[in-house]
Amino acid sequence: MAKAKLKEHLINREWCKGCGICVHFCPKNVLELDAQEKVFAARPEDCICCRLCEIRCPDLAIEILTEKQEASENGKSA
Amino acid sequence: MAVKDYIRERFFPHLWCPGCGHGIVLNSLLRAVEQLGMSKNEIVMVSGIGCSSRISGYVDFHTLHTLHGRALAFATGVKMSKPELNVIVPMGDGDALAIGGNHFIHAARRNIAMTALVMNNRIYGMTGGQYSPLSGYGCQATTSPFGNIDYSFDIAELAKAAGATYVARTTTYHAKQMTEMIRDAVLHDGFSVVEILTQCPTYYGRRNRLGDAAEMMDWYKSHTTPIGSKAKEENPSLIERGVFVQRDKPEYCTEYDKVIEKARGGQA
Repeated sequence: MAKAKLKEHLINREWCKGCGICVHFCPKNVLELDAQEKVFAARPEDCICCRLCEIRCPDLAIEILTEKQEASENGKSA
Repeated sequence: MAVKDYIRERFFPHLWCPGCGHGIVLNSLLRAVEQLGMSKNEIVMVSGIGCSSRISGYVDFHTLHTLHGRALAFATGVKMSKPELNVIVPMGDGDALAIGGNHFIHAARRNIAMTALVMNNRIYGMTGGQYSPLSGYGCQATTSPFGNIDYSFDIAELAKAAGATYVARTTTYHAKQMTEMIRDAVLHDGFSVVEILTQCPTYYGRRNRLGDAAEMMDWYKSHTTPIGSKAKEENPSLIERGVFVQRDKPEYCTEYDKVIEKARGGQA
């Protein structure tokens, strides 16, 4: 299987509540909370697209977009 | 994310607290439905009252938000009249086992094909952190300032004894496993129960000094083990996770159809 290549961390700042679950469980320490306590990808080059942040986000606020997979229409507008 | 096709985006961000495990259950549930490839019209979600029961407002299936503890009773009515639909009943631990304890055991006894998701956060969050039948001996809640003296139910054992034909337990830390279990539970032809340990950082976590949401999830990782593991033998206090029961037994709606046929004397 070809390795997934990161395109973007799609983060919905309106929905993110800054709980820090994604930051805590990221195995590569890619994510951080900013001054407004919203998540952002501080080191996107280290991301291995494991999606552990995406599947554990209680607010459906983070999505990993890879090169092969395009964002859903809803995801883009969110 | 295709899972977003299954939600009512106009109600987001949802009302749950930062780090609430119920959001992770919603997340895993949507992925299970996506894997099942079901249309929104094939699913009915019936919920009662409590933080967890608010989940029915966020999903774009057929949804019913009903009485405290009585979701399974309403769901039974839905299933009996439209057996072709997939009925999912998300409940909190108090909703399912205190207020709705009788509905729970009798739905299990009948083996009616529905999926009961018990989101066990061990507390009544919505009303201010009172202890529930799952809080556990010695825990702190707003109504047990000197420590709780009530023992907990074991949801899996209870469901098994009452006759549920699919019984599983997982946690919000194990989100992938949760998705698999919800998927299998929906496919199961009988009464299925999935207990999900879900953190309430606001009341249970804070009162019992368990740290923030992520630390509570770490606790789920360190204090649970697969069913029958060696770790469980060495440390019996670990909570087992996995599928406890998966067996075939005649399903209630199917049996009821046979009764109708008999009553009609074989005439269609």
